[in-house]
Amino acid sequence: MSAGHLIELGSVFLILIGTVAGSLSAIGFIRLPDVYNRAHALAKSCTLGVLFVLLGTFLFFLFVERYFSIKLFLGIFFVFLTSPVAAHMTCRAAYRSKVPLAEISVRDDLKEAMSREYNCEQKGGA
Amino acid sequence: MPMQVLINLFIGLLWMFFQNDWSALSFLSGYLFGLCVLFVIRRFLRSKFYLFTLHAVISLFLLFIWEMFISSILVIRKIITPQIRIKPGIVAMETSLEGDIEVTLLALLITLTPGSVVMEVSPDYKILYTHVMDIPELSDAVLRSRNRFEEAIKKVTRK
Repeated sequence: MSAGHLIELGSVFLILIGTVAGSLSAIGFIRLPDVYNRAHALAKSCTLGVLFVLLGTFLFFLFVERYFSIKLFLGIFFVFLTSPVAAHMTCRAAYRSKVPLAEISVRDDLKEAMSREYNCEQKGGA
Repeated sequence: MPMQVLINLFIGLLWMFFQNDWSALSFLSGYLFGLCVLFVIRRFLRSKFYLFTLHAVISLFLLFIWEMFISSILVIRKIITPQIRIKPGIVAMETSLEGDIEVTLLALLITLTPGSVVMEVSPDYKILYTHVMDIPELSDAVLRSRNRFEEAIKKVTRK
């Protein structure tokens, strides 16, 4: 087996890991109870999946096709930059429109802060 | 900081002129020479020598990748257990960072590590309200990674 085959096998393995991470995040998206937990599964395992898939593709192009693709790195960079913002905004909007937490939740520190802010606004308005 | 990079590029260009050799190689050697010059005069520069900042950025990135792997494994284990037994909740985390850039960076990194999503930042940037997926198991890990991230971010943004 030559080195080229080995590199190819390695990049295929990386892409496989990425796909598994992506499908696990889909499973988590279905199984977890509420919107906040689903944001975890979707935003995170998906970034891991994208990272692995693009890394595998990058290695493949670099060693097999002899082509240094900076576009793939830009892809990783922008996914990492945007996906947490999306998760944050989804959760924030959900909480602000009073989507309840799942019943198994044990702690909610944000509730008091929000009610305090709400009271302040009420006083300011009056 | 950008000024330093410009000076360094300029030294590289100048070196190329002096050599009368228009190639990438002589530009590269000039650039390396410029790095040496900047390193020698680093005490007289107004900001930190930019290679140190670059090193801090790279170490922050490596730390982030490491944390992401650790917590991904934890979260994936939660997802594939037959009975989902998690105790999610929102935790208020204090931060010692200041300013837009530092707090944004910390919130981005915490949101990217699995098991925690920053849901709300208090108006005075002091407290991050974080949704943690499983409080008994993960809150310690989240706090620990927050401390590490804070250290690394301070190395990047402060002098």
